Amino acid sequence: MSQQIETAKTPSPPAKESEGTHLVREIMSGNAVISVLAVVVALVIGGILIAVTDPRVSAASGYFFADPMATLSAIWSSISEAYGALWRGATYDPTARTWQGQLGIFETLTFATPLIFSGLAVTLAFRAGLFNIGAQGQIILGATFAGAVGFGMHLPPVVHLLVVILAGALGGAIWGGIAGFLKAKTGAHEVIVTIMLNYIAISLVLYLLKNQLKDPNSSNPISPQMDANALFPLLLGPNFRVHAGLILAILAVIGVAWLLNRSTLGFEYRAIGANPKAARTAGMLVSRGYITVMLISGALAGLAGVAQIAGTEKSLDSEIAGSIGFDAITVALLGRSKPWGTFFAALLFGAFKAGGTSMAVNADVSIDIVAVVQSLIVLFIAAPPLIRSIFRIKESRREGVSA
Amino acid sequence: MSVTAKLSPSIAADRVAIRSWRTPIMFGVLAVFAVVVFVLLGPDGHATFRLSQDGDAWQVPNLVVPAKIFGIVVAVGALALAARSYQQMKNEGRISKWVTMTFAVLFVMGLLVWIIGGTNTQNITLVGLFTGAMLITTPLVFGSLSGVLCERSGVVNIAIEGQLLAGAFTASLVSSITHNAFAGLFAAAVAGMFVSFLLAVFSIKYVVNQIIVGVVLNVLISGLTGFLFEKIMKTKVDGVTIFNQPTQLPNLPIPVLSEIPVIGPTLFRQSIIGYFMLVLIVVIWFGLFRTRWGLRIRAVGEHPKAADTVGINVNRTRFLNVIAGGAVAGVGGAYFTLVAVSSFSKDMTGGLGFIALAALIFGRWNPIGAALAALLFGVAGNLQSILSLAGTPIDGQFLAMLPYALTILAVSGFVGKSRAPAADGEPYIKG
Amino acid sequence: MKLELKGITKSFGALVANDHIDLVVESGEIHSLLGENGAGKSTLMNVLYGLYEPTFGEILIDDQPVKFSGPADAMAAGIGMVHQHFMLVPVFTVAENVALGGESTTFGGILNLNDTRAKVREVSARFGFNVDPDALVEDLPVGVQQRVEIIKALVREAKILILDEPTAVLTPQETDELMEIMRQLKANGTSIVFISHKLREVKAISDTITVIRRGKVVGSAEPGTSTTELASLMVGRAVNLTLDKAAATPGDLTFKVSNLTVMSDAGQRLLDDISFSVADGEILAVAGVQGNGQTELTEAVLGLHKHISGSIMLDGNELVGRSVRQVLDAGVGFVPEDRQDDGLVGEFSIAENLVLDLYTKEPYSRWGSMNRAVIGKNAEEKVAEFDVRTQSAQDAADTLSGGNQQKVVLARELSRPLKLFIASQPTRGVDVGSIEFLHKRIVAERDAGTPVIIVSTELDEILELGDRIAVLFAGKLMGIVPGKSSRELLGLMMAGLPANEAQAQLDGNAATMEGERS
Repeated sequence: MSQQIETAKTPSPPAKESEGTHLVREIMSGNAVISVLAVVVALVIGGILIAVTDPRVSAASGYFFADPMATLSAIWSSISEAYGALWRGATYDPTARTWQGQLGIFETLTFATPLIFSGLAVTLAFRAGLFNIGAQGQIILGATFAGAVGFGMHLPPVVHLLVVILAGALGGAIWGGIAGFLKAKTGAHEVIVTIMLNYIAISLVLYLLKNQLKDPNSSNPISPQMDANALFPLLLGPNFRVHAGLILAILAVIGVAWLLNRSTLGFEYRAIGANPKAARTAGMLVSRGYITVMLISGALAGLAGVAQIAGTEKSLDSEIAGSIGFDAITVALLGRSKPWGTFFAALLFGAFKAGGTSMAVNADVSIDIVAVVQSLIVLFIAAPPLIRSIFRIKESRREGVSA
Repeated sequence: MSVTAKLSPSIAADRVAIRSWRTPIMFGVLAVFAVVVFVLLGPDGHATFRLSQDGDAWQVPNLVVPAKIFGIVVAVGALALAARSYQQMKNEGRISKWVTMTFAVLFVMGLLVWIIGGTNTQNITLVGLFTGAMLITTPLVFGSLSGVLCERSGVVNIAIEGQLLAGAFTASLVSSITHNAFAGLFAAAVAGMFVSFLLAVFSIKYVVNQIIVGVVLNVLISGLTGFLFEKIMKTKVDGVTIFNQPTQLPNLPIPVLSEIPVIGPTLFRQSIIGYFMLVLIVVIWFGLFRTRWGLRIRAVGEHPKAADTVGINVNRTRFLNVIAGGAVAGVGGAYFTLVAVSSFSKDMTGGLGFIALAALIFGRWNPIGAALAALLFGVAGNLQSILSLAGTPIDGQFLAMLPYALTILAVSGFVGKSRAPAADGEPYIKG
Repeated sequence: MKLELKGITKSFGALVANDHIDLVVESGEIHSLLGENGAGKSTLMNVLYGLYEPTFGEILIDDQPVKFSGPADAMAAGIGMVHQHFMLVPVFTVAENVALGGESTTFGGILNLNDTRAKVREVSARFGFNVDPDALVEDLPVGVQQRVEIIKALVREAKILILDEPTAVLTPQETDELMEIMRQLKANGTSIVFISHKLREVKAISDTITVIRRGKVVGSAEPGTSTTELASLMVGRAVNLTLDKAAATPGDLTFKVSNLTVMSDAGQRLLDDISFSVADGEILAVAGVQGNGQTELTEAVLGLHKHISGSIMLDGNELVGRSVRQVLDAGVGFVPEDRQDDGLVGEFSIAENLVLDLYTKEPYSRWGSMNRAVIGKNAEEKVAEFDVRTQSAQDAADTLSGGNQQKVVLARELSRPLKLFIASQPTRGVDVGSIEFLHKRIVAERDAGTPVIIVSTELDEILELGDRIAVLFAGKLMGIVPGKSSRELLGLMMAGLPANEAQAQLDGNAATMEGERS
C-alpha cells in the first residue's frame, strides 16, 4: 500500500516501476496442481464449445426428451472425436495413411521450437521486471535479418547457417533493444513501446518485401528461397520437418537457466525485476540492465524468427511470425517464467498446434479452438483463487497481509 | 506558517534550472527534414485539393497550392518555430502550447502538400480523404473512449482490440438473425461488456495483472470469434451464409449541415453510430471534468486510497467504468459490420484496437485529445490506401507506421508530456 | 460526542493486530494512543474509520452501537481522520480534494466547486489556515497539505477527529502550531484521538493516554506520568533510554564535503551549497524534518544523483561523478532510509540479500558465476553474528520483522572494511530491543575508527548517537553544533534558523521558551 502512496506523491516516470515487481511475484507464485487443473478446466470449456456448435449435437438435442441418450452420445462423440484427433495429431496416429503422418510427435517438436525461443525471450524479460509483448516484432526482424543473409548471400555450409543465426539474433536484439533503451533512458513503458514496434515491424517487412527483399520471380510480397546452406539440417531426414533448431533451442533453455539462476548477470536481472530501487542502491546499473536484458530477450525472439525461416518456412513473408509472438506470452506465463517451465509449456503448445491441424482436418473443428483453450489456460493460471473455488481446494500457501 | 511561507517561494524560483531538450531537438530534426524533403527534394508543380464533389449543391473552387513554394514556407516556419522553442526552453523552461500546436499543424500541412504534389495526378479529393478516414476514425474513437473510461479509473485496457472484435462479430450475427440493425447494435454493446466483464473480474476481483488479462483476452476473443465464424457464419442455407448477412444501419444525412463542403459529408452524412460518437466525445469529456461522477473517477485513477477514505467504493467504481468502456467499444465494433462493410470476417479489426490504444496515449487520456488523435491516425491510414493507387514520393507503409511511431515518441517524452493516471494499472487492495 | 470501543479485535489471518481493545473517548477530550511502531494503533483507527471491519467487538457513539461498512458511514457518524500518509489527490486542487466524496452539485451531478471554495475559505479563516482553495495539492508544502486534510474533516463536520502520527512530518515549531489548533478544536467541542509514539508530545497535549502494546491495551495514564514510566509501559519492560557510549576520540578528517549542491530532475534545488567534514572515529548526526535534504545528502554521496556540483572527498579521493558501485568499492557502507524499498530485495533469500552489493566479488562469484556454497556459509555466519531471528538463511527477506530486516542490511554493510559508514533512519519502525542492538553496532563501528554519518528525524536518536549534530533545512546546512545541544536549539534550527541566530534567540528569551514547554 505504501508504494501506491509513494507513486502518487512523485509524478515521475519511475513511479511505474513497482508494477514489474508485482508482476514477477504474481507469475512466479503458484504450484503445479493449479497449472494442471487450469489445463483441465480450459479443455472442458473448449469441449463445451465444440459440442454446442456441432450440428449432430443440436440435431440430437431436438428430440432430447424422447431420447436423452442420443444427445449425450452425440456430445461424447463430438468431443472425443475432436480431442482424440488433437491428441493423435500431436503424438501418434495409427490411423494415418502414411507412416510419416502417424508420427505427429515430430510435428509437435517442430512447432515447439520457435515457441521455446520466444517463450524464453518473454520469460527472461519478465524476470527483470519487463513485460516484453514485442516478441512478435522481434521475430519478424530476426527472420528478416536472417532471410536477408540467407537468400542474399552464398556462403560455405555451416558458416552460412552460423551467419544466418547471428543475423537473426541481431535483428531481434535491435528491435528488443529499442524498447529497453527507451525504457532505460526515458521511462517509456515497454508494454506500449513493444506493442507499437510489433506493428512497425510488419509495415517495415511489407515495405522491404515490395522492394529490396522481393523475389523478382513472384508477383506477391514474398522473398526468394533461402540458400540451401543457410537452412537448419533436418534431424530425421526429409520425411519430417523437425530440424536442428530444436537442439539450439534446448541449448538456449540451458543457457537461460544458467543465466538466471547461477550467473551474476542473472542475479542482477532478478534483483532489478524484484526491486529496482534496491538494485540501484546496491550498485547495479538498472538502466544498463533494462537495455541488456531486452537485447538478449530480443535476440532470443530473433532466434525464433531464424527457426521459422531457416527451419520450416524457408522464405520470408509478412506472416512469418504467425501467432508465435503472442503464444510466447502465454507460454511464458504457463511456464511460470522459469526456463524449464517455459520449455515444457512450449512443448504443450506445440502439441496443441500440431494436434489442432489434424483436428481441423479429421474432426472438422477449427484450429481457432486452440487459441481459446490456450488463453483460458493462462487466465485460469493467473487467477489461482478461481481454480481453487472451482475445485474447492483449501489454500495451502500463506498469503501475507500487510497491515 | 512562517516556515511553510519561507519554503514555497524558494522552490518555485528554483524550478527552472534543469530543462528537457527533447522537444526542441525533435522540432529541430523535423525542421531540417522539412528543408531537405519539402524544399530540396520537393516536387515541382501544384498540389490540388478538391473541396467539392461534382454533385454538391455548393461548389467551392479547388485549393491549388504551389508545392515548392509551400514547402519553403513550411520549412522556414518550422525552422523559426524550432528556434522559438529552443529560446523558450532556455528562458522560461517550458514551451508554450501555441508553438507546439502551430508546429504540428504546419508540419502536417507541409507533409500533405508534399505527398499530393509528388503523386502522378497531383490532386486529391478532400471529401474522399476525410470520409474514407472516418471509416478508420470512428472505431478508433470508440476504442479510445473505452480506454479513457477504463484507464481514468485506473484499469489498463489492452483488450480494446478484443472488445471491438466481439462487437463486430455479435453485431453481424444478431443483425443477421433478427434482420434488425438496432438489435445488432445493442448486442454488440453487450458483447463488449462481456469482454469488459472478464477484464474486470480477473483484474479487479482476482487481481491478475491487467496487462496480462488484456493481452490474453485479445487472443481469447480472436480465437472465439474465429471458431464461431468457421462453425456458424460459414454455414450456408440455400447457398447463402444466413448468419453473416447483417442488416445495415442507414446513413442519415442532416439537412443543410450535410451540404457544408468537406465537413458536411465527413460529419453530417453518417449513420447513427457516427452521430453517437460525436455526442459521446462531448459527454465523456464533460462528465470527466465537470461532474461529480468524473471527479470521483479521476480520484480513483489517481489515488484510490484517498478516494476510499472519503467513502468512494474504488473497486465498484472501476468495475462500472470498465463495463461502460466495454459497451462503448462494443458499439465501435458494430460499426465494422453494420456500417463499414457488409459482413464479418476473421480478425477484421486488424489491430485497430491497438491504434485506439495509441490514440488514447497520444491524446493524453483526454476524450477530445483521443478523438483528434484518432482523426489524425484515420487520415494517415486512409491516405495510405488512396496513395497505394497513385505513384507517391513516400511508401504507404511509412504512413501506416505513423500512429505507432508517434505513440512511441509520445511515451518517450519527445512530443510533450504524456502522463497516465497515477494509479493506472495498479490494483487496489484494501488495507 | 462520546466514543466507545468495546472488545475490538482485528486479525489478518493468523496475525492478531488488535486484541480485545476497549477505549472510551469522552466528548471534548484529547485522547492519546501511545504505542511503538506496529503496536496496532493505526489498525485500530482504520477499524474506527470504517476502512477495516473488526473481527469482533463493537463501536458505540453516544452509547448507541454503530456499524460502519465503510469510511462514508464513519464520516456520516461524525468521525474524521487525518491519515499519516495524506489522502490527497496530488493533481487535484484543494477545493476538489475537499469536495471529493461529499460534492455539492447542481442538477445532473454537475460540480459546484464555488460552494466548496466558500467552505474552504470559511474554515480556513476560522483557524487562520491561509489555504488557497485553487492551489494544486502537489505544489503545497506538507504542513499545508496537513491543513487541507484537517479542513476536509471539518467541512464534513467531524465531531471526533483522529490524527494518525500527525507530527512525523512537522518541525517542532509546526508541531506547536498543530497543538494550538488541536486545543482550539477541543474548545469548540471536538474530541480528538491523537496517535503518536513520541512521549513528549503525548504528555504535552493529552487529557488521557491509552498505551497499546502488541495489539492490546496495556494501561492508561495521566499526562503527568513520567517519561520513563510511559516508555516502560509502551515497551513492556524497563527501558534504558540512554546509550552507554564512550566519548569519541576523533582522528583525521578523512571525509570532506564541500559546496555540494544537488538539483532534482524537475530543477528543484534539493541541497544548497553544503560543506562539512567528518573525522575518523566520530559520529555526525544529521537532523532535520523529513524532506529537507537529508535523503538527498546520503544519496548524493552514494552517487545516485545526476545533477550535482561541488566535491565529496573520501580519504583523498573524489566521489562525485563515480558510479554507485565505485563508491561502494571505495569503502562506503550505506544503510538506506527505507530498507524495504532500497535496502533489500524482499523476495530474495536472506543469503542473497547479504551479498546484494558484494555478489561480483570473489569468493561470492567467479567468472560471472555465483558460488552458492560460499554465499550460504557467509549467511550462516552473519545470521549468527547479528542475531537475525529466522528459521533459515534461505527464507525470503520479507518474512522477517522490521528489526531483523534492518539487522540484515547492517550485517551486509558492516561486513567489509569501511572508510565511511552512512545510515539513514537506522531504527525507523524497529522494535526497542533491536534498536539497542543496532545502536551498539553503529557505535562499535565508530570505535573501530570509521567516520560515521547518521541521518534521523527522531531527535532522541540524534541526541543519543551524535558526537556532533548537523541540521538541514530546505536543503541548506543550518550549522553544526555539539552533540549535547539542547532540543530548543535544534528545534529552531530545524525550523530554518542558522545556528548562531537560533542560539541568540534562545539566549534572548530563554525564560519564555522554558514556560512554553511543559
